[in-house]
Amino acid sequence: MAAEEAASGAAHHGGGLAIDPMHQFRVETIFPIHFGNIDASFTNASLWMLIAAGLVTLLTIVGMGSRSLVPGRLQSVAELSYEFVSNMLRDNVGDAGKRFFPFVFTLFMFVLFCNMLGMMPYSFTVTSHIIVTFALASFIFIAVTILGFAVHGLHFFHFFVPKGVPVALLPLLVVIEVISYLTRPISLSVRLFANMMAGHTMLKVFAGFVIAMGWFGGFLPLAFMVAFTGLEILVAFLQAYVFAILTCIYLNDALHMH
Amino acid sequence: MPQLAFETFIPQLIWLAISFIALYLVMSRIALPRIGSVIEGRAARIASDLDEAAASKRRTDEAVAAYEKALAEARAKAHGIAQQTRDLLTAETDRQRHEIEAKLAEKIAAAEASIRKTKEAALANVRNVAIDVAGAIVTQLLGEDADKAATERAVDTALKQV
Repeated sequence: MAAEEAASGAAHHGGGLAIDPMHQFRVETIFPIHFGNIDASFTNASLWMLIAAGLVTLLTIVGMGSRSLVPGRLQSVAELSYEFVSNMLRDNVGDAGKRFFPFVFTLFMFVLFCNMLGMMPYSFTVTSHIIVTFALASFIFIAVTILGFAVHGLHFFHFFVPKGVPVALLPLLVVIEVISYLTRPISLSVRLFANMMAGHTMLKVFAGFVIAMGWFGGFLPLAFMVAFTGLEILVAFLQAYVFAILTCIYLNDALHMH
Repeated sequence: MPQLAFETFIPQLIWLAISFIALYLVMSRIALPRIGSVIEGRAARIASDLDEAAASKRRTDEAVAAYEKALAEARAKAHGIAQQTRDLLTAETDRQRHEIEAKLAEKIAAAEASIRKTKEAALANVRNVAIDVAGAIVTQLLGEDADKAATERAVDTALKQV
């Protein structure tokens, strides 16, 4: 996020130097909704999730509206996304992964749009919240584990026993394999959340420097911010890609066991 | 750290579920089949166009082959006709040449015979003239009549040396 919001954050806290770089991550209720004891309030996080989902829908439905043989710009982007995810899935999982294509596509586009929308000033980065990324990652983890047992039955436990290893080392390796398997949702979710949070915090800190260093000194951190914004856009894409490709790899493990 | 504000977890999870499931349903039911059909339609169109082009090329090749075959046939036929005509003409020419040659040979033979006759007559005349001339010369030189028989012998001997 950019300088304007930093300024507003500063104003919020009433001091030129007292900028809270974490203010951008605050979840604010827009209108409260309660079902009994359950709080389902519509917040800025909800708003940006819906915007991301809406934009993906807009791109893939309105963009494909003409269904031209020779695609226009929006249709090209929609088809490119489709083929990008389709190739990713085919390369990593093979033809067996075809039935998971809608899920992987939705996942990739949702995370990508949440990440990219977070780059807009005044927006909210949905994927900078550990609860959101952890929910996605644990859903993937649980679904993939169930899939593994559904496809291979109890044979799926062989997944934790590496082949061609001395028997003496097996107990240790099996423990390591199980731990590495169980930490998948944590590594998957923390990678995305930490990247998003760290980058946006960094931008906000440097935005604070721009104001603190005044009219002349401020240009240096401003130049850094411009460059860093470019890097953050790359990271936003890359993390969505990594999230989707790891999902593909987990799917492949469940379907083919290495 | 707002990420650890636990009271915001439930609403975030609920709205994440709502938006993600809604997006998943829209994608899997409407958007992706549509994009897939457009891409497949395009691939099919390209494949059918390529097939059509290949078929057209095959037809062209066939037409070219047929044309070349017809051309070769026509050429062979023309060649045959020309050869036949040439043979016919050659035969006719030969026949006429032979006729003319035969006639000419006859004429040559007749002419040669007449030449030979004339030549013999002339030669005979030459002997008589030579004898008369020789007799006259001898008469003039000697002042007496020459011996007829001796003159004839001398002329014959001289004629043999010619």
